[in-house]
Amino acid sequence: MATAEHAATTHQPDRRRYEGIWSWIFTVDHKKIGVMYGVTAVCFFLIGGIEALLIRSQLMFPNGKVVSPDQFNELFTMHGTTMIFLALMPLSVAFFNIVVPLQIGARDVAFPRLNAFSYWVYLFGGLLLNASYLFGGAPNAGWFGYANLTEVPYNHSSYGIDFWILGLQILGVSSMAGAFNFLVTIINARAPGMTFMRMPLFTWMTLVTSFLLILAFPVITVALVELMFDRLFATNFFNPAAGAEPILWQHLFWLFGHPEVYILILPAMGIISDVLPTFARKPLFGYPVVAYSGVAIAFMSWGVWAHHMFSAGLGPVANAVFSVTTMLIAVPTGIKIFNWIGTLWGGSINFKTPLLFALGFIAMFTIGGLSGVMLASPPADWLENDTYFVVAHIHYVLFGGTIFGLFAGIYYWFPKVTGRLLDERLGQIHFWLMLIGMNVTFAGMHVLGMEGMPRRIATYPPGMGWDTWNFIATIGAFTIAVGMLVFIYNFFASVRHGQVAGPDPWDGRTLEWSIPSPPPPYNFARIPIVRARDPFWVQKYGDAGHGHGRVVPMPVAGGAHDAEEARADEHGEGIHMPDPSYYPIVAALGLAVMLAGVILTNLILGNPPGTQPAWPPSWVAFVGLVVFLYGIYGWALEPVSGHSS
Amino acid sequence: MASRVHLLRRRPLVWILLAGLLALLISGCGTGPQSALAPAGPVGMREAGLYNLIFWMAVVVFVLVEGLLLFTALRFRRRTSDGIPSQIHGNTRLEIVWTIIPVLILIVIAVPTITTIASASTIPQGPDVLKVTVIGHQWWWEFRYPDLGIVTADEMHIPVGTKVALTVESADVIHSFWVPRLAGKIQAIPRRQNEMWLQGDEIGEFYGQCYQLCGTSHANMRFRVFVQSKADFDAWVKDQQAVPAPPTDPEAAKGAQIFQSKACVGCHTIAGTNAKGTIGPNLTHFGSRTTIAGAMLEKTDANLAMWLHDPPGVKPGSIMPNLGLTDDEIKALVAYLDSLK
Repeated sequence: MATAEHAATTHQPDRRRYEGIWSWIFTVDHKKIGVMYGVTAVCFFLIGGIEALLIRSQLMFPNGKVVSPDQFNELFTMHGTTMIFLALMPLSVAFFNIVVPLQIGARDVAFPRLNAFSYWVYLFGGLLLNASYLFGGAPNAGWFGYANLTEVPYNHSSYGIDFWILGLQILGVSSMAGAFNFLVTIINARAPGMTFMRMPLFTWMTLVTSFLLILAFPVITVALVELMFDRLFATNFFNPAAGAEPILWQHLFWLFGHPEVYILILPAMGIISDVLPTFARKPLFGYPVVAYSGVAIAFMSWGVWAHHMFSAGLGPVANAVFSVTTMLIAVPTGIKIFNWIGTLWGGSINFKTPLLFALGFIAMFTIGGLSGVMLASPPADWLENDTYFVVAHIHYVLFGGTIFGLFAGIYYWFPKVTGRLLDERLGQIHFWLMLIGMNVTFAGMHVLGMEGMPRRIATYPPGMGWDTWNFIATIGAFTIAVGMLVFIYNFFASVRHGQVAGPDPWDGRTLEWSIPSPPPPYNFARIPIVRARDPFWVQKYGDAGHGHGRVVPMPVAGGAHDAEEARADEHGEGIHMPDPSYYPIVAALGLAVMLAGVILTNLILGNPPGTQPAWPPSWVAFVGLVVFLYGIYGWALEPVSGHSS
Repeated sequence: MASRVHLLRRRPLVWILLAGLLALLISGCGTGPQSALAPAGPVGMREAGLYNLIFWMAVVVFVLVEGLLLFTALRFRRRTSDGIPSQIHGNTRLEIVWTIIPVLILIVIAVPTITTIASASTIPQGPDVLKVTVIGHQWWWEFRYPDLGIVTADEMHIPVGTKVALTVESADVIHSFWVPRLAGKIQAIPRRQNEMWLQGDEIGEFYGQCYQLCGTSHANMRFRVFVQSKADFDAWVKDQQAVPAPPTDPEAAKGAQIFQSKACVGCHTIAGTNAKGTIGPNLTHFGSRTTIAGAMLEKTDANLAMWLHDPPGVKPGSIMPNLGLTDDEIKALVAYLDSLK
């Protein structure tokens, strides 16, 4: 049973208790790690946003002179790489971290130290990638890095591509470690009675996304290793001068890249699948269909990659086959949209900010999905590919889709994490600025694309019919920026002075709303027994929704034998939580330094970029190796502190 | 209940605004020189036609879905008198309906898709087909007519109403070749010969450029296609096949001498001279062109002088270096190059 105050003791022996910032650096608590993921991801989102504003400033007028062409190439490369790998994915992981254990009635994830390790690896990878700006230039060949533009003969004026390889490999470790963690957690740590078909939809999508991560990242890892070997050790995986086929890179990248975009959207779909029922006071319409559609999308995502290559000249058979598979994947996606509308239909809709963002998601993602269908037909795609039409499509699905979904999650779960609500009025202003801003920015890009404006051009001449929509798009971009300022202000003001939320500010349906806000370190004093989908709602209102909303005690595992024992259990005594540990951050640091020491050998030794062979690796690699080995050795053999009283 | 629906009826302004926005968006279509929606040949027309079919079907779906969403959100807005709504879990029949209908819509799109792929991918052959090899370089386009012995750059001439079979290649990194008003695009990949065909049914000048990020001056890698009458095209071919005579104008002759003595010959070819370099564009008939520097600039004497003065300054990353030419040398070279008709 939820109580307003929780036990003050932390149940750790003195030698393993940390205060202040150290309690964050050595934490293994999924809630704290999730907060760190979220804050870091929003910071990188702002950096990616500044890169976008610079791009839009350069393109506001024809023959722009805000940045040079080389700088422009760096800007859009970093904008894409940052937004995808350092902002959107980690923000999703923030929610996996904070929310999934709470939704499944668990006390933490399966591997808490691995969880911390994943975060630190992400942070170090993101910092290293951005350090490229300070060491001669950021990567400049696009977030997709097509060979052979990335090969040494065509890219040796800076170490940018080497930084890109390094950053992505490090982030890959973080993503895969996290994915394994969540997979095992969801499979093994669900509360008794929580079958797969009783899990909240967000947890379902976390499960599916984790599978995709584990299978997709090895593909790009292979591609990046091959590119690294070409650049550092003069191999010829993608070098046409030596007889290789550069198109191999495209296949490998997009075999990763297409599942990757579903990794980007499925968590946000999961969030709104939880938000809509809560704010409509109705269950998710067609829950099994929505869940299985997610699974179907994940399977089908492996069969569509070459729709990114329709203009690469693969031939009519390949083009036709991938066209059909791509059109097919639109079906489960559409099904979800109809089920979300079905959730709202007949409901009692409360227009709070999370719900606004969820509605915005459906509206904007529908547009992005429709432009996606237009891209699925190769002859039409030959007119759209590599133009601003695709830029419009990706931003409708990633901004209007993923980012709106993530903001719905932020407004929804912020009270659970902090105990306070984000200001509702400011939230609405933020929403409308983002909705209007994104449409002003990206709607006209459909036209720009069909009028022939290529992607990734640093400037354009007047008289092409592109001036007006470029100007308008820049206005929209700055509108989005204002919206983000409103959000940041709201965030800081609400953390300190926001209205106190209590455990269940939204009259929620799932288990996370049955515990205090913020939750105690052990989440659940007593692990609940789950008897239905939307277990908390059923607990409050009964199966048919006839109850009065009084919270009746939840059945719990291992029932108390008498009142005194029950009281003790409610305060969480006798619960042993994993100890904080410094080995995850040490191992993460060692790994990052070791990989940097190998991949950035030329930079460290003062050799010009592209000097081959970049062997032996610099001394930095060996320092990193030692630290890394120390980290995992200590991790493996670290003693568990004794049980608390 | 009445006031819920009333809300929608009281806001026709919203629908008018949305319709107006859509009209505004569509109105800009088909007017630019590189627009994909103003096709001037059968391949482009077929592809744009398919695009339009899918576009309008998407508009219908958009109106239906967004309309339904808006209606639902407003109709079921919470009122203080609301109890807990009926906890409906789903409806199997609806699921089947809204699975089958999208599949049917997609079939309507898939069939013309596949037939258009087939027609665009069937490269015409035979004596009536003009063959052109397109080679992408950082950052200019080369055009070779293997059956006519012509090598040129920056612009491709084709006769009206004639099928043209293109073989698209690259000399360095991946580029993408597209002249939007005539046909769809295709990548130029080193070690690959990608094939496509097009046909121009209107006489005129059509713009194109590179559509795949290829380095610093990706934005400056453009070209023009001239669709000419048969007579004009034949005349152009004859001119291109001819070897230009040495210039008689003294300024141009001085320019020819400068050209031969400087590094120019290492990168450029001018038929009938010692300039046999193949790194840069073939300049044999430079004087007859309308653009320079990868069709980045109109070919005027002022632009040409600006280019020769400092190529990397005009086109960042340009492989043609700054040769440190004096103004007099530039003046002479301009006269010479203009004379190469």
